[in-house]
Amino acid sequence: MNSTSAPIVEARNLTVDFAAGRGMIRAVCGVDLSLKPGETLALLGESGSGKSVTLRALMRLHPKSAKIGGTIQVDGEDVLALSPSALRAYRGKTVSMIFQDPGLAFDPVYRIGDQIAETVMRHEGVSRAEGRKRGLELFERVRIPSPERRLDNFPHEMSGGMRQRAMIALALACRPKVLLADEPTTALDATVQIQVLLLLRELQREFGLAIVFVTHDIGVAVEIADRIAVMYAGRIVESGACRDVIRNPSHPYTRGLLASRAHGTLGKDERLHAIPGSPPDLSAPPPGCAFGPRCDNFIETCAADVPPEVTVTTGHMARCFRLGALAEQAEPLAAE
Amino acid sequence: MSAVANDPRDRGGAGTPLLDVRGLVKHFGGKGGLFGRTGSVVRAVDGIDFSVAKGETLGIVGESGCGKSTTARLVMQIIKPDAGDILFDGEAVGSAALDLKAFRRQVQMVFQDSYASLNPRLTVEDTVAFGPRIHGASAAASIATAHDLLHRVGLEPRRFAGRYPHEISGGQRQRVNIARALSLEPRLLILDEAVSALDKSVEAQVLNLLLDLKRDFGLTYMFITHDLNVVRFMSDRIMVMYLGKVAEVGPSEPIFEKPGHPYTAALLSSMPSMDPDNLTQEAPLTGDPPNPINPPSGCRFHPRCKMASTLCSHAEPELAEASPLHLAACHLVDPQSGHPRLAAA
Repeated sequence: MNSTSAPIVEARNLTVDFAAGRGMIRAVCGVDLSLKPGETLALLGESGSGKSVTLRALMRLHPKSAKIGGTIQVDGEDVLALSPSALRAYRGKTVSMIFQDPGLAFDPVYRIGDQIAETVMRHEGVSRAEGRKRGLELFERVRIPSPERRLDNFPHEMSGGMRQRAMIALALACRPKVLLADEPTTALDATVQIQVLLLLRELQREFGLAIVFVTHDIGVAVEIADRIAVMYAGRIVESGACRDVIRNPSHPYTRGLLASRAHGTLGKDERLHAIPGSPPDLSAPPPGCAFGPRCDNFIETCAADVPPEVTVTTGHMARCFRLGALAEQAEPLAAE
Repeated sequence: MSAVANDPRDRGGAGTPLLDVRGLVKHFGGKGGLFGRTGSVVRAVDGIDFSVAKGETLGIVGESGCGKSTTARLVMQIIKPDAGDILFDGEAVGSAALDLKAFRRQVQMVFQDSYASLNPRLTVEDTVAFGPRIHGASAAASIATAHDLLHRVGLEPRRFAGRYPHEISGGQRQRVNIARALSLEPRLLILDEAVSALDKSVEAQVLNLLLDLKRDFGLTYMFITHDLNVVRFMSDRIMVMYLGKVAEVGPSEPIFEKPGHPYTAALLSSMPSMDPDNLTQEAPLTGDPPNPINPPSGCRFHPRCKMASTLCSHAEPELAEASPLHLAACHLVDPQSGHPRLAAA
């Protein structure tokens, strides 16, 4: 949107450690994020890459035993310093979140309309009738059929796609500035997934929302995101404008992910270019670049140190020592 | 195909399909619902015919609730069909010629949840050796088979044989499930969303493994998934299901290039575009997949179909030829149906 506006979300050197057995596991190690109002950032990664942990840190949803390091600024507030009451005001009002399983976001024993109304009453001090009115507006906005009647539904009375819409309505009830989305379409059928993605795109434009969208699906990231950040073993290994990352993937992991997709242009009896091995165990991460053991372009330097951010083009970076060598053997991976 | 032709277990010859399913029906519920009320009937599978040729991969796709997993479970005889015949290599399953135990030895299944489908108290080695042991192999021979297969699916027996399911990753667990499924040397492998829960980089490895195994063991696959890219990559033929019926079936290429059923077309254009300069602008379908409890009259897809006419709401289309070997259940495919759009064209 406005390229000169100040970022609304800014995380610097974010780390998250969890107690595990005798030691600590570092799930996120030094993530920098910056998001402008009205911008969508996709955090793309596999399980254990730290994408959801990063997202939850932005809302301080981790248990007390988790240690969050670094700084998080959202809308001018230092999130890590918020008092419990300020945190309650922050959640839902400044930043809200939607999840993969809407069943977990709603209380099963209250009507959905009442849950939305309660949120509005709590944050804005309005009457219940006023809160319900807001609920109705939002249900119309997210295009739930017969919204008036649906407000009186219990969560189990709705289908999966409709529950996901209702959760989006709940998340937007207090007009937040930032929406955090944790794989909100993963459990949906493709036909419903595309509807929800288009709805989010539309709402974002209308409300000027900044969205951080966590997904493991490159196709979904391309549909929704302005920028993509690829995470691997707790670090952002590549980030840039969606177009740059997809057209010119630079980190060997990103390239591997794109090459390993089954897609229409593959011939019969062709094999997929799978990345060998599996993601590292975070309790014993490999030294240096965490992708090193799975990388075709591994050299000794890779195990010596964590690669720094290297600029590929303006706004597009990758953490890899071998970018120069890779650029020469680049084969354009054009989208089919 | 050559591996299949030389199979000594082959009875019907190359022309007989390995699996032939006729008029398969399964309804759930109905009589004796909760508290003795007459419950509603879920028409999970409502009269489907299909066959799987020897050595081919049949992909089955559809939204949730379309009956694809129920179909797999019916074929596997995990649940009993209400009606219909299942012929395996020309012989009726459960008949004197092919009892259930003999059938199960030849048909195996891999499920989506790699953890739930393994016994947590058996080591990897014992899991894979269990089937051969039950079917009469000696303990030593079963373990030897298990080690061979573990090696074959990429799990070094020396490292993995003694481990328990919770000690290995999801991708490795799914490899164990595949090894176990192969331990009885089946001819047909049913893969029900077998790679759906895996991370993308691991999914590609397992798909490659499945291709290798199919070639080396002369297997036939029924591959069920909701991922259209994966199904296109894996399948020779594809069956598209909608609300317990077959909407379209045929070779992969024509189905992807020129789908005969509007539902297939909508399903295909629901896939994310992967092109940042050409994003999807309009959802091809609105609303959720309808409920198989009270399927719509006529063509079950008509309430969501852009091409629907009054004909579609009362007459149910039969499967008709859209292109050679390629059938679609849509009035638009049948020139004699009288669909108004046919006259206009």
